[in-house]
Amino acid sequence: MTFLIQQTLIYAIPLMIVALAGVFAERSGIINLALEGIMIFGAFVGVLFVNILQGVPFFHDAFASKSWLTLQGLELLAMLAAAVLGAVFSLLLSFASVNLRADQTIGGTALNLMAPALVLFLIRIIANQNTLGMAEGDAASWFMIKKSTFGIDRKTDLGFLGETFVNKVYLATYVCILLFVVLSILLYKTKFGLRLRSCGENPQAADSLGINVYKMRYAGTTISGALAGMGGFVYALTTANCASTGDVAGFGFLALAVMIFGNWKPLNIAGSALLFGLFKCIAASYDSIDINGDGICMLAKAPISSHVYRMLPYLITLVVLAFTSKKSRAPKAEGIPYDKGQR
Amino acid sequence: MKAQGRTLLQKDGTKTVLASLLSIAVGLAVGSLLVLLVGLFSDNLGLASAWEGIRLIFFGILNTGRNATGSLTWGFNSQSIGNMLFRATPLILTGLSVSVAFKTGLFNIGAPGQYLMGTMATLAIALGIPSTAMPGPVIWLLAFLGGALAGALWGCIPGLVKALLNINEVLACIMTNWIAANLVTWFFDATKVFQNTVENTKSSYVYKTAYGKTLVDGAWTYVDGNGVQTAKLGLDKIFSGSQVNAGILVAILIAIGVYILMTKTTLGYQLKACGANRHAARYAGINDKRNIVLSMAIAGALSGAAAALYYLSGNTEFYWHTYQALPATGFNGIPVALLAANNPIGVIFTGCFMSMLNIVGLQLTNLTAYNEFITDVIISVIVYLSAFSLLIKMMLSARRKDKPAADKREQDKPAEEVSVEKGGEQA
Repeated sequence: MTFLIQQTLIYAIPLMIVALAGVFAERSGIINLALEGIMIFGAFVGVLFVNILQGVPFFHDAFASKSWLTLQGLELLAMLAAAVLGAVFSLLLSFASVNLRADQTIGGTALNLMAPALVLFLIRIIANQNTLGMAEGDAASWFMIKKSTFGIDRKTDLGFLGETFVNKVYLATYVCILLFVVLSILLYKTKFGLRLRSCGENPQAADSLGINVYKMRYAGTTISGALAGMGGFVYALTTANCASTGDVAGFGFLALAVMIFGNWKPLNIAGSALLFGLFKCIAASYDSIDINGDGICMLAKAPISSHVYRMLPYLITLVVLAFTSKKSRAPKAEGIPYDKGQR
Repeated sequence: MKAQGRTLLQKDGTKTVLASLLSIAVGLAVGSLLVLLVGLFSDNLGLASAWEGIRLIFFGILNTGRNATGSLTWGFNSQSIGNMLFRATPLILTGLSVSVAFKTGLFNIGAPGQYLMGTMATLAIALGIPSTAMPGPVIWLLAFLGGALAGALWGCIPGLVKALLNINEVLACIMTNWIAANLVTWFFDATKVFQNTVENTKSSYVYKTAYGKTLVDGAWTYVDGNGVQTAKLGLDKIFSGSQVNAGILVAILIAIGVYILMTKTTLGYQLKACGANRHAARYAGINDKRNIVLSMAIAGALSGAAAALYYLSGNTEFYWHTYQALPATGFNGIPVALLAANNPIGVIFTGCFMSMLNIVGLQLTNLTAYNEFITDVIISVIVYLSAFSLLIKMMLSARRKDKPAADKREQDKPAEEVSVEKGGEQA
C-alpha cells in the first residue's frame, strides 16, 4: 500500500502542477497546447543544471559529506532554473498569440515540435548520445529523502504515515503541493486572480474596467510556462532518475486532459490528477504492486496483457472525457485572440 | 469582372507562396544560427565546422560526401535525390491527411496513430496471404487498401467523439495515438509469425514485405524475394543507389485526387463549408456531424495509405516496439500541410522539401559533428511562423500595394508553386 501511494504520488504530482499550469494559461484566455514541449524543455534545463553543478566542488563535497540540506538546496535551485527557463520558453507562445494574434493551437504545436528537437540537438552535442543524465550518482542517492538522511536506522519502523510520507520521498513533491495550494489561492482569492480570470471570460468587459488584457494574458502564460517547466523537471527527477531524453511520454497532454476533467478548477484537478496518477502508476509498475501486502502481485497474475495496462491511462482519459464533456465549461474567451476594436 | 477575380485569386496565391518561402528562409536561418552558435561556443568544434554545417543545411541535397583532402564535394547525388523522393511519399500523404482535416476546421494531430494502424493492417495482409494464393499485385492492392481502411477507421474515433460529444479533437487524437502505439506493439507481440527470425542479427523487427509466405517442405516459411513490393518503373535506374519506387507517383496521383475532391465536388464543398462555419453550414442544410466524421475518415485513410506505401516498398522494415515513441512521419504531416497552406498540390512540393530536410539531417550526422535534430528545429520554426502566416501575408500585401499586379498574370496557381518552390529548394 505504501508503495502504491508513493508511486501514485510520483505520477500525480507532476500531472497536478502541469494541469494547474494549463489553468493559468486558459483562464487568461490562451490555450496552452505547448505544455508537453515546455515540460520537455524544463526537464532538460533542470537536468543540465544539476549535471553542471555536480562538478562544482561545493556541491561535490556536500555529497561526499552527506550534507543533505545543501543537496536539497541544489534540488530546489534546479527546480527554479527549470521554472525560469520554462517561463522564458513560453514567451514564444505568448508573443505569437498575444502580440501577433496567431492561431494558438498551431503555435503550441510548434513549441511541442521545437522543444524535443532543440533538446535532443543539444544533448547529442553535450553528451554524444540521446540521453543526458546526472554527472555522477543517481537521483536516489543525491536527492531522495530516506531514513538515513535523518540519521534514523534503516530497520526502525516509522509507522504507516512515516513510511509513506517521510521515507523515500522527494522534497520536490511537497514543494509542488505547497505551490499548488498557494497558486490556487492566488487565482481565486486575490485581485490579480480575479482580473486574470476575467480576461479569459470576457476580455472586452475587463478592458473597459481598465485591466490590461495583454499584460494579464502574458502573466497567465508566463506563470503557466514556469509551472510546466518545473513540472517537467520534477517528472524527470522522480520518474526518470533525473535524466532528460527529449520526451515526457505525453504527460503534457495527459495534464491537459486532467485540466479538462477537473473542469478548470484546482480542487477538482487535484482529485483527477490523483486518479490519473493511479492509472499511470498501474501502467508503469503493475507487476510489482502488492495491494494487500501478502506478497502476491495481483495485477501481474491476472490474465491481462501488459499492453492493456500501458494503454489504460489513455483509454481512461478518452472514456472519462466522453462522459464529462457535456458538463465541462471552458473559459469563454479561450483561444480567441483579443482585439481591442472588436465588440 | 471575371478577369479581375482571377488576378485577385492569383495575388492571394502568390502571397501564400511568398509567405511560405519567407517561413522557409527564416527557418533555415535559425538553424544556421544555432549551428554557428554551437560551433563558436563549443570547445571541440570551430568556425570551420560551423561553416560546413551551414552549407550542408542549405545545399545538403547536392552534397556528394568528402574528397581525399577532407573537404566537402558537391554535385548531382542520385542517391540523395532518389531517397528524398522515397521519403517524400509518406510525408505527402500525411500532409494531405492533415490538410483535409484542416479544411474542415479540424486539427488532425492523430496522423501518427492512423499511420501506425495503417502499418499494422498493411503488414498483416501483405505477410499474411501466402504468395502462391494470388498474384503479387493483387496482394499489394489488398494490403494498400487494407492499410488505408485501418487508418480511416482509426481516424473515425476522434471524428465521432468530436461530432457527437464535442470533445476537443486534439486531445482525442493524442489519446488515440498512444492507444494505437500500444495496440500495434501488442499485435506483433501476440502474433509471433511476423517477427523477423531469418535475419537474426535484428531484434524486434517485422519482415520486409519482400519476404513472402511460402510453403517449404510442408511448413510456412518466409522467403526473401517471394513477397510483394512496389514496382520501380525504372525510377531506380534514374536515381541509382536509392530506395525510390513508383510509390511517389501514387502519392502524386492521390494528391491530385484530393485536389479534385476538395475543389470540384459537392462533398469537398460541404467539408469546407463545415470548416468555415459549422453552424452556418448546418443552417444551410449540410449535415455537419456526418461531414466531421467523414473528414476525419478521409484524413485517416490518407495517413494509413502513407504507411502502406512506405512499408510496401519491400525494403523498409518495421520496428514493432513502438509503444514508447510515435512515428515522426505522422507529426511531420503538420508542417507539410501548414507550409503548403493546405493546398493539396502544394503539399507535393512541401512534402519533398521536408524529406529534403530529412536527408540534409542525415548528411549532417554523417559528415559533421552536428546531428539530424537541427532539421527538426528548422521544421518547428517553420510551423511557428505559419501560426501567424496571416500576419506575414498582410505585411507582404502592404508592401506590394504600389506594385502593378499585372506582372504575375502569366502563370496559373499550381504551375506558379512549382517554379517558386523549386527555386526555394535550391536557394
